[in-house]
Amino acid sequence: MDMQNNVLDYLSKIVKEKPDKTAYSDGTVSLSFLEVYRQSRAVASFLHRKGIYKKPVVIFMKKSPLEVAAFFGTVAAGCFYVPIDEEMPAGRIQLILDNVQSPLVLCDESTVETAKTFRLGAGEVVLFGQAVLEEIDDAALEDIRRRAIDTDPVYIVFTSGSTGIPKGVAACHRSVIDYIERLSEVLEFDGDTVFGNQSPLYFDACLKELYPTLKFGATTYLIPRELFSVPIKLVEYLNTYHINTICWVVSALTMISAFGTFETITPKFLRTVAFGSEVFPIKQFRIWRNALPEASFTNLYGPTEGTGMCCYYKVEREFEENEAIPIGQPFPNREILLLTPEGKLAGEGEEGEICIRGTALTLGYYNDPERTALAFTQNPLNTAYPERIYRTGDIARKNEAGELVFVSRKDYQIKHMGHRIELGEIEVNVDMLSGIRMAACIYDEKKTKIILYYVGDPSEKELASLLKTKLPRYMLPNRTIRLESLPFTANGKIDRVALKKRYEAG
Amino acid sequence: MEILQDLHPDVDFETEEHLVDDKILDSFDIVSLIAEINDNFDIAITAKDILPENFNSAQALYELIRRLEEEA
Repeated sequence: MDMQNNVLDYLSKIVKEKPDKTAYSDGTVSLSFLEVYRQSRAVASFLHRKGIYKKPVVIFMKKSPLEVAAFFGTVAAGCFYVPIDEEMPAGRIQLILDNVQSPLVLCDESTVETAKTFRLGAGEVVLFGQAVLEEIDDAALEDIRRRAIDTDPVYIVFTSGSTGIPKGVAACHRSVIDYIERLSEVLEFDGDTVFGNQSPLYFDACLKELYPTLKFGATTYLIPRELFSVPIKLVEYLNTYHINTICWVVSALTMISAFGTFETITPKFLRTVAFGSEVFPIKQFRIWRNALPEASFTNLYGPTEGTGMCCYYKVEREFEENEAIPIGQPFPNREILLLTPEGKLAGEGEEGEICIRGTALTLGYYNDPERTALAFTQNPLNTAYPERIYRTGDIARKNEAGELVFVSRKDYQIKHMGHRIELGEIEVNVDMLSGIRMAACIYDEKKTKIILYYVGDPSEKELASLLKTKLPRYMLPNRTIRLESLPFTANGKIDRVALKKRYEAG
Repeated sequence: MEILQDLHPDVDFETEEHLVDDKILDSFDIVSLIAEINDNFDIAITAKDILPENFNSAQALYELIRRLEEEA
């Protein structure tokens, strides 16, 4: 067999082996592999007839198996998908649309009216339900497939940017395939895997479920978001669908363990639990482990710029309550360099910035050469030929066992409820509102709260409702406090340390 | 009430009766709400009580807290 160079090779292969098995379901709508295959090829044929090739296609649909088919349809047309969602505030969606300049926005009935309210340039709005009726043009799709190159993009997903403008991370086929192969090997996915997906489809976190499902002919359940507010019903859902594998943010797991859910009901089929994006409090972790003594627990770490996750740590020993679970080691075929500010390798036990090298590196930020150049740089240890590394801004060190341990951030980026947030992005959005003179955010790690201080005319109440139109829900401050003035440091910057002290003093 | 206002200063909690159903409160709000309530009232809201009907209005929440206080 030829070496795989397209993520859809997984689909072409599995549709012959397990055409009728359920691939994706949300409990209401289910699609078999054959249906996913046919729908994606119909959508691809539609895009082809429109002359859309090697272009970003915006997918604006409610989370469902049909949205997944739309993703693959985009890829089968030789294009790449840009998922957006109604959970995103309008201002952010417009910034994304302005950045990608997509010729087409694929919608469903629930989003089409909203979609028409945006400035789309030369782009048009089309219903998925219409595109999927297109007659499949096998010859054209075959030709597109034959000309495919594995360094072309699969998707663009947007992540928080400190200037207030989100950054579109574009990842290519080769990086995604490499990630799926390594992740599957480490977490031991197979044809019997039943995934319970938690992450929204507009983040790279959903790669963990979507593509291994194709690779192995597994099944993914897209769990309705509302269930993450109702722990007992959530566990009932896991049991109803025999879900055995979950890769969730820590806050979704602790929501279950912190409220005594396991005294009423335990997950009966779970055997693989992966988690990441934030620190797992050991007390909560122990509750999970006691409830599921046979299951494997794996901590995952990785920035979107490194295509999904980059490092893993299988939790196989006991931890003290004040101890942090390590990031562990990189997946095969990628290397983590811990670099000092001088661009040298950190010595034994010394701290350094986590820098990634290998196929896992994404292509960079879409339509944004300046910010790409700042984060994706030449490997300072290699002066012989061009070789990019990605600088994560995360500081880590190695422990006595040689495992990577997260230490801190270089900047004002935080991890809040599993989301990566630049506090600067919140501040810029506040600063832009009329009547605001200045603003600064701090983060309370213990209570996981974002606290916004500002000086200006709007009341705390007015400011909170204005911000809801600008920022995604997870970026909204948990407390908003108006002050007469903000403290300054000697060199004229807002003194966040003083703000934090003031906050801690109550 | 103060805890709710801190969470969403712009929402009128006196009148809203579908806080969960209308997605005004999401799962993360509910988690921080419960943590604050458990701290402030010396009760323990557990998974059995985390149902949309107990969180849909300030009144429902108040009744839940009263019931748990009596049971304690």
